[in-house]
Amino acid sequence: MNSLYYQKKLSRNIGDKFFTSLSVICALIAILPLIFLVIYILIKGGSQITPELFTLEPNPPGDDLDAGGLNPALVGTLIITSIASIIAIPVGVGGGIYLAEYSKGGSFSRFIRFGVNVLAGVPSIIAGVFIYALIVSTKILFGSMYSGLAGGMALSILMLPSVIKTTDEGLKLVPNELRYASLGVGASMYTTILKVTLPSAFRSIATGVVLGIARAAGETAPLIFTALFSYYYISGFGDLLYEMGSLAVLIYNFALEPYDAQNKLAWAASFILVLSILSVNIFSRVLAAFTEKTKRV
Amino acid sequence: MEEKLTLFNNRKRFGIEKNIDILFKNTALVMSCFVAIILLGIILVVFFQSFESFSRYGLKFLVTSEWNPVKDEYGAFTAIYGTLVTSFISLLITIPLGVGTAIFITEDFVPKVFREIIGSFVELLAAIPSVVLGLWAIFVIEPFFRDFFVFLHSFFGWIPLFSTEPTGRNSLLAILILVVMLLPIVTAIARDSLNQVPRKLRNAAYGIGASRWKTIFSVILPAALSGIMAGVLLALGRAMGETMAVTMIIGNSNTFSLSLLSPGYTISSMLANQFGEADGSQVSSLFYAAFVLMILSLIVNIFAQWLVKKFSLKY
Repeated sequence: MNSLYYQKKLSRNIGDKFFTSLSVICALIAILPLIFLVIYILIKGGSQITPELFTLEPNPPGDDLDAGGLNPALVGTLIITSIASIIAIPVGVGGGIYLAEYSKGGSFSRFIRFGVNVLAGVPSIIAGVFIYALIVSTKILFGSMYSGLAGGMALSILMLPSVIKTTDEGLKLVPNELRYASLGVGASMYTTILKVTLPSAFRSIATGVVLGIARAAGETAPLIFTALFSYYYISGFGDLLYEMGSLAVLIYNFALEPYDAQNKLAWAASFILVLSILSVNIFSRVLAAFTEKTKRV
Repeated sequence: MEEKLTLFNNRKRFGIEKNIDILFKNTALVMSCFVAIILLGIILVVFFQSFESFSRYGLKFLVTSEWNPVKDEYGAFTAIYGTLVTSFISLLITIPLGVGTAIFITEDFVPKVFREIIGSFVELLAAIPSVVLGLWAIFVIEPFFRDFFVFLHSFFGWIPLFSTEPTGRNSLLAILILVVMLLPIVTAIARDSLNQVPRKLRNAAYGIGASRWKTIFSVILPAALSGIMAGVLLALGRAMGETMAVTMIIGNSNTFSLSLLSPGYTISSMLANQFGEADGSQVSSLFYAAFVLMILSLIVNIFAQWLVKKFSLKY
């Protein structure tokens, strides 16, 4: 009679309780770092934010009183990330289109997809080493060595696989009926792709690409010996061929300085970087959840 | 009839449109080839740049730990050892944590809303740039664990892994930061593979009287194992290549030590530290080290992909 009731003291029930609490503890440990990190950045970085931060140049270390601002690094991050996007998005979307629309799943497309996955796994510092060997040390870009342009190229190598993947997967989700309908009324293949399939996959591709850009904005390793760092304002297109600062490299350099003022500037830069990356991530997540809901209705 | 035919002729696709169509296709083809070109380019460039060092030191480079630009003697054993040790130990810590979290997210211990929130929290952790984690490690984690490391040394100092006096930055801190970075990867992939296990299997196990965790351990985890393994391998690749956070916290010392409480080195942190100022045969030796790192991560990645392909269609 008793055996029909839940018995707390049975070894299987004790074991179940034990493992359940273990997995709860795992989940708690997993989210703790994010919570602590965000709190720290909000407090330590947020308290440093002043309007001057966005307009001044950073002072070279040594002056412990005033570290200056982040303007060149902020602009540099925008420029370098834009260069990377300008290179990686067309190439990546084009490659994704070929994989999803033209290739028939043969050995070529399998090889390229394999290559995309392998390239995604290449350590980011290797991309920097590659661009250093190819562009910086050969001075191939109009005789300039370290430059924002080279940094953008290194970042684009990291962005490329993610753009191809999101395009490929986004296009694969477009129902074939749409393609047949378009081809059936006499549209050519490229009109079909540009006017029908790409637009209908636009949102998922755009989300993936924006997330890729956000990730690239925080990458440091490919920049430390391609774009290097600069303390000075970026004033024109000519500056693309010179050393260029970025928020990520500024954090790296100034975190290792023994001066308190520089360290504080690094926290402020982290605040800006993390806040913008997290808001892009959260926004795209909310957008994705929202569109999913409307689709279901 | 005649009229209709001419109309049809007029409707024939213009030559120019056909050409655009072909051009478009070929452009897309070329762009997809870029991936292969870049990948091959990276391998070739790094290999050829390391050639000088490779021909001078050969495989001895991998087992000696002298790194002396003045005497022009180079060996990367400390860095290679550091890379392998930090990534393997951090992975050993991450696997139970990540899989445990993934189980928590996929089982129904708490309402779905909370699970989704925890899931997206972990994923957001992956979006934090590693340089920020490094900054956090220097100013928050290192002071926080300082006393703990002293305690570790005084009680477990007889174990070689904890045999040195802790002084500031060390390999163990790098391992802790790597755990934070790997957790989202392992959790996300483990969650996806657990979700892919068919409901039928779970119901069958419940039906013959298995408890929840008996079901998880004997049915669900084995079914999801290949996916989880692939995720673990991807995380291993990431751990070996991870640069910024590790460089900032590992202490960057080329002196070989078994102890995790002493400063260490990894290949990527060596590259980050020395590449800017290197010249002569040091550059070539750094390229050699980069080549070793690349081969290691290529092997791990390709193995992971093979695993996914081989076992993904089981259910």
